[in-house]
Amino acid sequence: MIEEYRGVWVFIEQNEGVIESVSLELLGAGRDLADKLQVPLAGVLLGSEVKSLASQIIAYGADIVYMIDHPVLKDYRTESYMKGLLKLVETYKPEILLYGATPNGKDLASAVATDLATGLTADCTMLDIDMENRLLEASRPAFGGNIMATILCKKDRPQMATVRPKVMKALEPDETRQGKVVEETIDLKEEDMRTKVLKIVKDVTETASLADAHVIVCGGKGMGDELGFQLIHEFAEVIGASVGGTRDVIEAGWLPYEYQIGQTGQTVTPKMYFAVGVSGAIQHVVGMKNSDVIIAINNDPNAPIFDVATYGIVGDALEILPKLIEQFKQIRKEMGGEISYA
Amino acid sequence: MHIVVCIKQVPDTKIIKINPKTNTLDRRSAPAILNPYDAHAVQEAVNIKKELGKGHISVISMGPPPATDIIKKSVEIGADEGYLITDRAFAGADTLATSYALSKGLEKIAKARPIDMIICGKQAIDGDTGQVGPGIARRLDIPPVTNVLEVLEVNEKERTVLVKRKTSGGYEIVQAELPCLLTVEKEVNEIEYAPLPNMIKAARYEPVIWTVNDFEGVDRTKLGLKGSPTVVGKMFTPPRPEGGKKLEGTADEQVKQVIDIMLERKELFFVK
Ligand SMILES: Cc1cc2nc3c(=O)[nH]c(=O)nc-3n(C[C@H](O)[C@H](O)[C@H](O)COP(=O)(O)OP(=O)(O)OC[C@H]3O[C@@H](n4cnc5c(N)ncnc54)[C@H](O)[C@@H]3O)c2cc1C
Ligand SMILES: Nc1ncnc2c1ncn2[C@@H]1O[C@H](COP(=O)(O)O)[C@@H](O)[C@H]1O
Repeated sequence: MIEEYRGVWVFIEQNEGVIESVSLELLGAGRDLADKLQVPLAGVLLGSEVKSLASQIIAYGADIVYMIDHPVLKDYRTESYMKGLLKLVETYKPEILLYGATPNGKDLASAVATDLATGLTADCTMLDIDMENRLLEASRPAFGGNIMATILCKKDRPQMATVRPKVMKALEPDETRQGKVVEETIDLKEEDMRTKVLKIVKDVTETASLADAHVIVCGGKGMGDELGFQLIHEFAEVIGASVGGTRDVIEAGWLPYEYQIGQTGQTVTPKMYFAVGVSGAIQHVVGMKNSDVIIAINNDPNAPIFDVATYGIVGDALEILPKLIEQFKQIRKEMGGEISYA
Repeated sequence: MHIVVCIKQVPDTKIIKINPKTNTLDRRSAPAILNPYDAHAVQEAVNIKKELGKGHISVISMGPPPATDIIKKSVEIGADEGYLITDRAFAGADTLATSYALSKGLEKIAKARPIDMIICGKQAIDGDTGQVGPGIARRLDIPPVTNVLEVLEVNEKERTVLVKRKTSGGYEIVQAELPCLLTVEKEVNEIEYAPLPNMIKAARYEPVIWTVNDFEGVDRTKLGLKGSPTVVGKMFTPPRPEGGKKLEGTADEQVKQVIDIMLERKELFFVK
């Protein structure tokens, strides 16, 4: 009976007591879907000693928090988390269940989908509701990102999707929002677990810094050669930005893979994004289009990057960048300010 | 130690050419290859066998008859034998139906020779879902460990495996009981050049072929299109946002305008 299933749920991924930002983004997206369907939005929280996180989940848009707090749930493991989530789904029957497309989110969603024998759409970048049929429209890039495919799950519930980090927008947290917390218990024994997490290591590499950067200067093949690309490094340096590149730049060996922005690289959402000598292929654009301000420099007035740029400059990057660098050095001196390498 | 690797034949999306005018892809431009992650999966099985000094490696694929090629390719890398599940009944399968069909094949393989470990690629580059591996693990009720960056130790005596697994914030060290299922990242190993004897064996190798009739008690409603809860609704080109403003004037004038735009948000660039 698929009519029994009501409500939109977001799996709240927490690692060592910190909620992953993609889960907060999904609460924002989920709020939208729930409002369209006129149903409550719930966050599902599993973990050990995580009860204090419920208020944050409500502040970010949830009406209900379903929670299981158990020592065996301390670290993510497919077996224990799956059991917890299956119990909640079978008891409260949501019509839609969203997960962040992180290693753990994808792992959990795949396992749960198999047990529930329901549909799961991977790595979505757009979510909507077909109101007439009350169906989730989960869209994702197909064929290398040239085309979007909308995937439907018509006959089975819940309709599930994993969603890429950084493509949805979190709401501004509202501490005054009220919500309900529903706590369930579960019978889990450590002896029954067939996997053990022995050690967790945080990795603060370049990839992490690019994902969190406020300003990114991305250079493309249009910089000509490795020497021309030095201008990208120099400009980034004087304005205190992080450097990124297109796939063609990575393939040319001008930058290591960790710096690739786009569908097969990283998704970034800085406050300001410079695309210099970048044509704006769709596989690149999906990884940067949610930046607040996009400034493009390209000598081809018809380059597709101008379709997404807030401000476009038709001109030679090899001429414009040195001028920008020069002037910014001057401004920096005048303001006497330190550059923040955000 | 019996390791089974799940392998898929995919179009090489790296080479696939896109017609920029029509935004369609030229399928002829994409040769069919062994899914790159699966090549690493096979190589990892070979490395484990080498490390232990003994073992048996099988590969299994579900797909149309030309998928024989990727089984031969796996034999080249070092697999001992290969199975191909091929039948119209399996066509149009989504990840749920695929994991069901593969689990039936794996059960049949296990009857003849119990399986200690299954290795899958992190994802298949044509669908990019990464859902089939964990799905198989659930169906066979063995623990999955996804996104494996390194296999640190396989302990035959204790029947455990120790791996380094990628997480969103870094990595973790996980121990799993055998039998288990791993899905591997590209970082897990380097593909080695195939030794000559393997190439000779591969050239002559004919995989075991199974059709739907080879599986007893298979639930046909769970196969192929029928067994797939997801359907493709529509295809569309992603909406292109409206372009913004093009800055006018000489290069110097444009530079001045950019600087003004940047200085409006100068908190992004300067801190006290
Ligand atoms: C499956 C798949 C996945 C992909 N994933 C990614 C991905 O993750 N990220 C990614 O970036 N790409 C990806 N691509 C590749 C993508 O399609 C493009 O090929 C790539 O983004 C183009 O890089 P580019 O803009 O640097 O180079 P080009 O397309 O060569 O563009 C260079 C631009 O520079 C301009 N130019 C030249 N000289 C100057 C000058 N002196 N001053 C100013 N402008 C100048 C040119 O007009 C041109 O527009 C993927 C492709 C496929 C098929
Ligand atoms: N048709 C198939 N035959 C064999 N193995 C497959 C098949 N489809 C997927 N797999 C395995 O599952 C992994 C993940 O695939 P996917 O979930 O489609 O991204 C692949 O890397 C393969 O190891």
